[in-house]
Amino acid sequence: MESQKIKTGSLAAVLLLCLVPFLSSDYFTGIMAEILIFGIFAASLNLLVGYTGLVSLGHAAFFGVGAYTSSLVAIHLSANLFVSLISGLLVSLVAAGIVGFFCNRVSGFYFLMLTLAFSQMIYALVYRWGSLTGGDNGLSGVPKPTLAGGVALDSSSSLYFLILILFVLVMAGLRLFVRSPLGQILVGIRENETRMKSMGYNTTFYKNVSFVLAGGIGGIAGALYSYFNGFVSPKDIYWTMSGEVLIMVLIGGAGTLLGPVFGAAFIVILETIISSYTDLWMLIVGTTFILFVIFIPKGIVGLESVWRKSAKARAPVQTESPESVS
Amino acid sequence: MDILAIQLVNGLSYGLLLFMITSGLSLIFGIMGVLNLAHGSLYMVGAYLALGITKHVAPSFFAALLLAPLLVALFSVILEVGLLRPTYRLGHLSQVLLTFGLAYVVHDLVRWIWGSSVQSLSIPASLGSSVELFGQTFPIYRLAVMGFGLIVAAAMWFFQEKTRWGAIIRAGLSNREMVGGLGINITVVFTVVFAIGGLLAGIGGVAAAPILGLFPGMEFEVLILALVILVVGGLGSITGTLAASMIIGVVDTFGKVMFPQLSLMIIFGLMALVLIVKPTGLLGKQVN
Repeated sequence: MESQKIKTGSLAAVLLLCLVPFLSSDYFTGIMAEILIFGIFAASLNLLVGYTGLVSLGHAAFFGVGAYTSSLVAIHLSANLFVSLISGLLVSLVAAGIVGFFCNRVSGFYFLMLTLAFSQMIYALVYRWGSLTGGDNGLSGVPKPTLAGGVALDSSSSLYFLILILFVLVMAGLRLFVRSPLGQILVGIRENETRMKSMGYNTTFYKNVSFVLAGGIGGIAGALYSYFNGFVSPKDIYWTMSGEVLIMVLIGGAGTLLGPVFGAAFIVILETIISSYTDLWMLIVGTTFILFVIFIPKGIVGLESVWRKSAKARAPVQTESPESVS
Repeated sequence: MDILAIQLVNGLSYGLLLFMITSGLSLIFGIMGVLNLAHGSLYMVGAYLALGITKHVAPSFFAALLLAPLLVALFSVILEVGLLRPTYRLGHLSQVLLTFGLAYVVHDLVRWIWGSSVQSLSIPASLGSSVELFGQTFPIYRLAVMGFGLIVAAAMWFFQEKTRWGAIIRAGLSNREMVGGLGINITVVFTVVFAIGGLLAGIGGVAAAPILGLFPGMEFEVLILALVILVVGGLGSITGTLAASMIIGVVDTFGKVMFPQLSLMIIFGLMALVLIVKPTGLLGKQVN
């Protein structure tokens, strides 16, 4: 019953998302594409923060590595979608493997500090290696990806569909993954790592798997972002990007499949609205974040259960358990 | 040879500056369990307040050095009582996130008030010249920062090891509940510790302003170095923090001169090495 409902719901949502380029302006389609890209990015971090219980403040490293790698490949080698996307994915997987190896030696706040430090190290590398990465100016003139027959995805709607397809694939894959035995092991690590260890699981290995997977998906999001913008800026790899995506995950609701996507949508829309009025973006997002941390620690998804509870409380006829009346 | 000695002085003075900032961070982390990601922001606020004081209140660096840290400490008390205290029941992660949001807010507030261009605080005239030592000339300000940093380190040591308040703080580091059980008001201890952290960050900010300059974003450069020092030095050890600060200060300074492309990489490489060999840091105790 429940899974049938979810199937129909997600099918309807995907159909609705397919209609976006036909029913709305290029501007709105662009905003939707950005939401989907950051949705993928936030969902990848959520794998770490929400499901494995590892709070990373350096996830932009893989976003940036994916973006820079696929753009460099697209500029210098081949603009073919599969070549550039897969090279972006591979390099970010390798980067995540290396960074994860060091960061997973420690836990808790040390982990948070190390991920931040490593992402800044990768940022410094990109920033200083100006001959390859363009340094402060970033990389411009990233060609639009082409398909096998030489067809370029150069219209905003064709790019949108590329992003949508990958978004659906990533979300469906994540849903399967978190329900698989491997995904359940990660949840077990989040809940009680010592217990998982004593049950004979090599938790460090599984944490590395989670880190690498999250880094790879983050790299895909970065590659898509570089196709979408046509350029890569060192800001994509800076700690503010890591902070922003962490904020998306936590505002949306960590540990839920759709929460981070809602968080991404919330932040992207807020940024779009606010940037036309003021440039004090960090002030507003910081304040919003603080309010969420204090008052709505479960995020936007948590609001729904609060609402459900109060709806139940208002309509006591439907429920007979006295506990739900608060 | 000349360059070597001068860079060594630069590195050591930079390291002592980092020590002033990191020791506050380490104190707050150790006792309150709060990884204060807004610590760099307190440092930045200290530097900008010093700029404001020398411009508008008293045109004296020393007045700023006295006043600005006290104001930062006051600001920290307000933050601790107003924002952090209500969140202690929510667990440590929410406090880290809270301070992270705070770092965002302070960053934009500073940019709003003082603008985003690079500014600098002028070195006081009495410390502006150079001095000849062992046939080399050294800028007096760097030497003064070194001396000042050593004094702060000694004062920290004296405070922690020899006074009653220091004993309470050390007790809080090893067992917070027990301290509360012995009838010490842990709420007040938290506020005092956070204020001391703010005071140290403020002092660091004022002392660093003439050397490093003032710009929004300065706080994160220092925060990241402070986090590296915390990891390298190990937690709960003033000596470890001091040693790690000096090492990072010197390595960073020499790295910037000799391999400007790789300076940050060297520091993080060093950190990775320490973590592989000794995950608790150079002189750290086991922390859970």
